[in-house]
Formats: sequence, C-alpha cells, structure tokens
Amino acid sequence: MNETSNSTAIGIEFDSHRPYLFKFAMLQTRNRDTAEDLVQETLVAALAAAQGFSGKSSLRTWLTSILLHKVVDLRRKAGRQQSISIDAAQDDGGAEAVEALFRENGRYVELPEDWGDPAQALTQRRFLEALEACVQGLSETAAQVFLLRDMMGLSTEEICSELSVSSTNCSVLLYRARMRLRACLEQKWLAPDDRRRRNRTRP
Amino acid sequence: MMRSCKEVSELLSARLDRKLRFMDGFGLRLHLAMCNACTQVARQFELMRTGAAELPTLEDAKRPGEK
Repeated sequence: MNETSNSTAIGIEFDSHRPYLFKFAMLQTRNRDTAEDLVQETLVAALAAAQGFSGKSSLRTWLTSILLHKVVDLRRKAGRQQSISIDAAQDDGGAEAVEALFRENGRYVELPEDWGDPAQALTQRRFLEALEACVQGLSETAAQVFLLRDMMGLSTEEICSELSVSSTNCSVLLYRARMRLRACLEQKWLAPDDRRRRNRTRP
Repeated sequence: MMRSCKEVSELLSARLDRKLRFMDGFGLRLHLAMCNACTQVARQFELMRTGAAELPTLEDAKRPGEK
C-alpha cells in the first residue's frame, strides 16, 4: 500500500470516531465552532502521528486522549484550568449534593422512580436531550470523567492515567457524577405527570 | 452484612467500572433481591450508560439546518 492510500484508509477509519469526538468536544467547550476546530486539529495531529499509535489502546481511546489534551490546553489558555489533575483534586464533584440524596440511615430521601422500558426510553429524543442537559449541569471535571467512561468508553485505568488522578479518586468522581445525573434525570426527564404516585418519605 | 442503600449505590457505580470483590457482589445481589429502590437505580445507571453512548447520534440529527 502506498503512503497516500494508506493515509486515506486511516482517514476513513478516523471518520467513524468523529461524531464521538465532536460530541465530547461540544459538551466540554459548549461552542460548535470551537468543537469543530478541536476535532479537526485532533484528526490532523493524529494523522501526522499515526505511527505513534501503538495499538495498545483502542483507536478511539488514542484519539480521545489527543482531543482531551487540546481541550485542556484551550481551558488553560482561557485561564480556567491549571491542569486536569489539580482541577480533579479540587473538584468536590458535588459531594454535598450526593449526601443530600440520602438520609442518615443510608436510605433514599426520595425513592428512585421506575424509568420504564429502557429500549423505549432510548428511542425517545427527549431522554437523550435530558441526559445531555444534565451532563452540562455537572462540574467540568465530573462531566469529563462521566463522558470519558460512559460515552467514549475509556477504561477507568485509562481515565486515571489521562487525568493523573488516583483510581479511588476516579471512582468517586464517577460515582458522584452518576448519582447527580440520575437525580437530575428524575427532575428533567420524568415530567410530574409521568411520576407514579408513590409514597414519598418527604412530601 | 446487610448494606445500606447508600453503600449499594456505590457498588452499583463501581460494578460498571470494575469487577466487584466476591463479598461485595454477593452483598449487592442480596440487597437488590429485597430492595426496589436500588433495583431502579441499577436500571437507571445502565440506561444512562447506554444513553451516553447514543449522545453522538443526537448531534447528527440536529445538524441539518444549522449553520
């Protein structure tokens, strides 16, 4: 295979990851033009460094890692983030918000709702829109870990190493992000009419 | 032995990221068998994960007409 067709083949493979990279960049920067630029830069950088791809991680993980550093660079330039690890260490990720979901005996203050048939929910645009809105309500670090894990499919080991945080810290960030997301979805996704009239432990 | 809903919620998140230790997995199953609230949370976490992987499709649907 000559060099041109080889890079074309790589380009086509990159394209399948583009929607994921774009969505990640979009949710992290909240600006379409910026997100498009970042993804473009990422793919160009990746193409130039394709030989540096060891194959130890998946292609998406590798691309995500390049993109993540571009997002962080951008934030650093904007003076909003010193380094991912410092940010992760300082971010309490809504610890209090999670504590508030439970009573002292470890039971839920508000009983979790039945979200119905998963297959049906996923076909609802409203569910995905609510999920996206709730992700945007998280702190930057919390949104970052959740998206890296559950949207981009990185392993926790990969996330810890990318963000230079301990695996315990990583798990805690993920836990708090998920708990806040589910609480948010109960508000944003389940309209009051949909809610089952259950016995609430608090009116 | 019996874990609280709060402890179980931590295990429900953890099991999405790693294999639980035997006793944790056992305690989790025991609790889920008796607790509807935590069973719902388990389903919610799964749905959130599947939904997150679907988010990029949302953007595609939005694209025509924009810009």
